[in-house]
Amino acid sequence: MRANVALRRREFVVLSCAGLAAFFAIWALASMLGTTARQFLPPPWVVAEKFVELTHEPFSGFTLQHHLLSSFARFGMGFTLAVLIGIPLGLILGWFRWLDVIVSPLLDALRFVAPIAWVPFAALWFGTGIGGPVLVIFTGAFPPCVINAYRGARYVDQHLIEAARTLGARHWQIISEVLLPASVPSIVAGLRVSAGLGWQSLVGAELIVASSGIGYVLVKGQASISTSIVMSGMIAIGIVGFAIDALLRRAEMHLQRRRGGDR
Amino acid sequence: MRNGWREPSRLAVGGSTLAAVVVLWYLATTFTQIIPPVYFPTPAEVLQAFRQITVQGYADGQLQQHFLHSCWLVLMGFAAAVGLGVPLGMLMGWSRRAEALINPVFLLLRPIPPLAWIPLAIVWLGLGDAAKVLVIWFAAFVPAVINSYAGVRSIEPYLIEAARSLGIRGAMLVREVLFPGALPLIFTGLRLSLQACWTTLVAAELIGAIVGLGHVLYQAGLDLFPAMIVVGMIGVAIAGGLMTTALGRLEAWSMPWHRR
Repeated sequence: MRANVALRRREFVVLSCAGLAAFFAIWALASMLGTTARQFLPPPWVVAEKFVELTHEPFSGFTLQHHLLSSFARFGMGFTLAVLIGIPLGLILGWFRWLDVIVSPLLDALRFVAPIAWVPFAALWFGTGIGGPVLVIFTGAFPPCVINAYRGARYVDQHLIEAARTLGARHWQIISEVLLPASVPSIVAGLRVSAGLGWQSLVGAELIVASSGIGYVLVKGQASISTSIVMSGMIAIGIVGFAIDALLRRAEMHLQRRRGGDR
Repeated sequence: MRNGWREPSRLAVGGSTLAAVVVLWYLATTFTQIIPPVYFPTPAEVLQAFRQITVQGYADGQLQQHFLHSCWLVLMGFAAAVGLGVPLGMLMGWSRRAEALINPVFLLLRPIPPLAWIPLAIVWLGLGDAAKVLVIWFAAFVPAVINSYAGVRSIEPYLIEAARSLGIRGAMLVREVLFPGALPLIFTGLRLSLQACWTTLVAAELIGAIVGLGHVLYQAGLDLFPAMIVVGMIGVAIAGGLMTTALGRLEAWSMPWHRR
């Protein structure tokens, strides 16, 4: 494989920088050439300036950090709710086969309803303040929690369970000492997916129904046709989403290392 | 629980579960009225809303029009994303140079969820179909690229060595070795991106559209018409389900050697 040999470190760095530079250069050029109005495509430095400005000057009531904080509080509530209900439900479904046969068709049917489609009901039932967006985040974050806990419990090595039985473990003992620890890796992997989908659903919910939060910043920026505000909001969303994912990935790796050490 | 439980046919159980849910739904909303009809409609109301939207139309169109329009937009955005994303991802998987050049830009754009592009697309292209196709394209593009890339990387190097030593190169190498080898992971990516496409489309249509299933949901929310909201949600679920099934068929047909 001639093309597929590892590059030298210097070549790699140079090419990576060139790629990024080309990206920003094309962006800057497109906005400087004036084929589109400045308002529609501001150059990168204007967006960066706006981003910094938004962190200390309030926009539609709050600074950027405040908007992010209120979004994050909603996300935390919806995500926690999804974890607290989803993981026990998944474990129970994985353990009791008869329940699984009954509940699975329902979950399968619900899965096809995009989380965002819950927005009208969320607004009708819980209003547009906190409850509505939290329900939408919940519907986004819930399925991966259930499915991964279910898989974790379902595909536990049968030998482990039989061994525990032979040693005289009782039913709930098997659950707490065999089933739960064995399904932890799958659950943590599910948490990562779930957090990503929840964060994305939050953005959607706030775009449609909210009076504060980071999604609301995007809507306001769009309404006043200020692309630099919209882009600043997108950058903030990207940073928080990245941070959430990085945090959970660290937790996952930490867990794997500890489990590896146990054996 | 574990032993002695014979698995009944999935279809029978699924069907009877759904029937039980409908009966429960009827009991809760119509018979006992535990759930007030303001919050959740009765089955009769949903049926009537369904009749209204298919015969007279609702939110500027009949159900068929909304349904087909949404499916059409998803298909266009999805096809454009696959057509561009799969070759780009395969190129990145094949050449370390292309990877080093393109990957950083991807890492930069990837954390921004597709939904966050909707306001930007609206500023650029307005509330029409073009903005929706753009965000759907974006939603499907990233998973298509990443999985094609991973797919090429997952091919055993000795397969490529063997093909090369037999004198296979260029277009034939792509057609006979790289593409089939990457196909299982490519399809994983396509399934992920199809789901992302539907979520994005519904969100974009809720924010502003003239026809489409999301527009039905939006209008029903404005009119405080719970029965129509349910009809819209069922429509979204069926459209998404149909497309996922079609993709599954395509997967089985294109990879007869690969049994999941």
